[in-house]
Amino acid sequence: MTLKDISFLLIAGFTIVSALGVVTFKNIVHSALSLVLTFLGVAGIYFQLNAGFVGVVQILVYAGAISVLIIFAIMLVMDTEVNKTNLPNPSLGTSLLGGYIILLLTVTLGASIWFSSFPISAQLAPKDDVGFLANLMLGKYVVPFEIAAVLLLVAVVGAIILAKGAEDK
Amino acid sequence: MNIQNLFAHAWLIPLLPFLVFAMIGLILHRWPKVSAAASIAGIATSFIISLQIAWAVFGGPAGAAPFEIAARWLSMPGLRVDMGILIDPLTAVMLVVVTLVASLVQIYSLGYMHGDPGFASYYAYQSLFAGSMLGLVISNNFGQIFVFWELVGICSYLLIGFWFGRNSAKEAAKKAFITNRVGDFGFLLGILFLQIIFGTLNFADLADKIPQYANSAVLITISILLLAGPVGKSAQFPLHVWLPDAMEGPTPVSALIHAATMVAAGVYLIARAFFIFNTSPQTMMVIAIIGGFTALFAASIALVQSDIKRILAYSTLSQLGYMVMAMGVGAMTAGMFHLMTHAFFKSLLFLGAGSVIHAMTDEQNIWKMGGLYKKMPVTTWTFIIGALALAGIPPLSGFWSKDEILLGAYAGGHMGLYILGSLVAFMTAFYMFRLIFVAFFGSNTGGEAAHESPHVMTVPLIILAVISVFAGFVGSPLMGNIFGHYVTAAGAAEHEPSAAIMVVSSIIAIAGIFLAWLIYQRKAVDYEALKTKYIGIWTLLYNKYYIDEFYTWLIAHFVDGIAKVFFWFDLYVINGLVNGLAYITGRSGLQLRYTEDGQVQTYALYMLAGVVIILITAICAVFTALA
Amino acid sequence: MIGLSHYLILGCILFGIGAYGVIAKRNAVAVLMSVELMLNAVNINFVAAGKYIAPAAGIGQLFAIFVIVVAAAEVAVGLALIIVLFKARKSVNLSDFNILKW
Repeated sequence: MTLKDISFLLIAGFTIVSALGVVTFKNIVHSALSLVLTFLGVAGIYFQLNAGFVGVVQILVYAGAISVLIIFAIMLVMDTEVNKTNLPNPSLGTSLLGGYIILLLTVTLGASIWFSSFPISAQLAPKDDVGFLANLMLGKYVVPFEIAAVLLLVAVVGAIILAKGAEDK
Repeated sequence: MNIQNLFAHAWLIPLLPFLVFAMIGLILHRWPKVSAAASIAGIATSFIISLQIAWAVFGGPAGAAPFEIAARWLSMPGLRVDMGILIDPLTAVMLVVVTLVASLVQIYSLGYMHGDPGFASYYAYQSLFAGSMLGLVISNNFGQIFVFWELVGICSYLLIGFWFGRNSAKEAAKKAFITNRVGDFGFLLGILFLQIIFGTLNFADLADKIPQYANSAVLITISILLLAGPVGKSAQFPLHVWLPDAMEGPTPVSALIHAATMVAAGVYLIARAFFIFNTSPQTMMVIAIIGGFTALFAASIALVQSDIKRILAYSTLSQLGYMVMAMGVGAMTAGMFHLMTHAFFKSLLFLGAGSVIHAMTDEQNIWKMGGLYKKMPVTTWTFIIGALALAGIPPLSGFWSKDEILLGAYAGGHMGLYILGSLVAFMTAFYMFRLIFVAFFGSNTGGEAAHESPHVMTVPLIILAVISVFAGFVGSPLMGNIFGHYVTAAGAAEHEPSAAIMVVSSIIAIAGIFLAWLIYQRKAVDYEALKTKYIGIWTLLYNKYYIDEFYTWLIAHFVDGIAKVFFWFDLYVINGLVNGLAYITGRSGLQLRYTEDGQVQTYALYMLAGVVIILITAICAVFTALA
Repeated sequence: MIGLSHYLILGCILFGIGAYGVIAKRNAVAVLMSVELMLNAVNINFVAAGKYIAPAAGIGQLFAIFVIVVAAAEVAVGLALIIVLFKARKSVNLSDFNILKW
């Protein structure tokens, strides 16, 4: 049990607990804050995997921008007592059935993963992580990269128009 | 004229009347006289062609060989049904008889049906019947015969119920058709069995295949089933009940259909299918017993009837029984010979009765007639000739044919049937002359206002009388039994004519006439006293042994009872199933609609469930494949 | 000791939790947050698999980055939609949006 393993277990546990908090708290703001912690936990997993760039991007984008966006939206649409903003589904049947199916899903997937063998590669990761990724992005995968940029632009414009309401001219 | 060419055009014979029927039905019915003329022209032409064919058939061995042409009508793997014609001496005899009697009846109807509002449709039905009957006799296979069999039944229904304003006529028409249907059910089953087991319905092909199955249970079953058809159509016991009621139709109809031709179709079928019936002695016995019993049964009822047409109807039943009995003892020639002679003198008798009824303004009770011989001489004398022929007085035609039947019974070793036949002959002579002495020579004064019928009615009577006198000679020993030489079948019995039988039957007939004269003309025995003394038997006979009442009771209790069971089944089980299905669908729909609750999360859950199921299935498949 | 399987199982568990949140939460924003959770789980899977199976190709991380980009866009648009819904119905309670029911 090396240090790496222990740190993995700690980070993983933290992430799972935070995730459970997202879906359990009855106060939506508590939920949102749990979400932020979850994002941080996931970033920690990325660092554990030596994917530094992705981890930083995760923190910047998810924990930084997206969380803020979500909290803004929560504030905009909050209309009732804050402790009752994130109640579970009133239909108990749906919740139970949903829980059961998801349990089934998780257990099945988990079991199948545990009992299968993966072709682990013996190669080592390249040292220069960011540069390597940049080479790929602007070289082999430049088209998805550009399309992603356009997608972001479209999403921004669309979100503004939606939120503001289109005016008939 | 080339014989083959002539025979190949034999299909014109039934076609012409059918065409006339179509023409009258579509166009000509507006002009009744034109319709009648067209109908008579059609049947007369068919008669001429039939005569030519008969001339060719009986002209020598070339003509007498069976001629058959067929066209494929329906052809599937395993089933092949042809339409075709078969010309052999049997066919030729039937063609001539049917066309001749039909022509005379249609000419007679000009006078009898004069002024009737349905004049045109009457002739349309007459043509339809003629076409159907002719089609029946030239058929070369069972399927085609069955089609025409049913057509003839329809015509019978139409013509019996011709005066459909009368309730009794409507009921009689329905009774005729339904009783026939009961027989046809067995007939059809027999035909279907034939098709299934032998693969063909053609007479010639069957004649080749049948002998190997002789005396097998299969063949006995088939022959009994096939027998059901003639039992219905030729009004044998127990399906005889429709024929007396069929007298509701116009008298020429009774003459044509219910005396001469349609009821003879059953006998014709037995003759045609003789090679099937001949294979088992048990079936032949059954046929003979049915025929003999019917003959006796009907003759006994005729002894006490008062309606002139009813007497003739029971007489027809009795004579049909004779013919069937003849077939049963193997004397197929005798049966066909009697069919031919009976057609002539029975239609003569019916037409004569029609003449009387017409003159008596629709009075049919013989006790209300009397002294007609003074007012209607032609009718009287032709009627007497017909009655003599029926009674079997030599040298008239009926004598030769009836005698041949009795000979067949006696020489075939069936002593019981011979005695029965002789008894029936006695009774026949008795009741016919009872009729004559009461209606024509009686002292009742009902016949005062009568007058002789117009020529268009009396000329056919005279023609038929002449034929009744002379037609018997073709089958008599005097001409070497030409008839039997041609009209015969493999395995039919042939006996040497016996003078003893001839003398005995003549004596029996004369004795019957003498007894009738004693009782009804001379009044030596008071028939009223006789009637009161034997009132029990008399009532039984007068009410036709209460068979109709018995059938009504049977139907009311058993058939209706079974119908009630099926009705219950239909109402509760089948309706229950169907309604239950609808109910289940409705209720389940009512419940299932709650799944559409408008909540997006519920829909998402359903999708998730589907994905999970697929995923689990795939994982299991992969893991079992890997294992 | 800790191998690829553990990372993948972690991803599974997070995915399950996120799916539960989608099904069983009433607030629309909470549902959106659960969707983000599911996307993160998927990302963990990608990066782990990429790092263990094909580290030289860098596919895993690249894909994860693109997923993050798309998730960001989707969150923006989704929240805009929620705001529009709120303006219309004055509520973000999913139980209230049931016009399509029987």
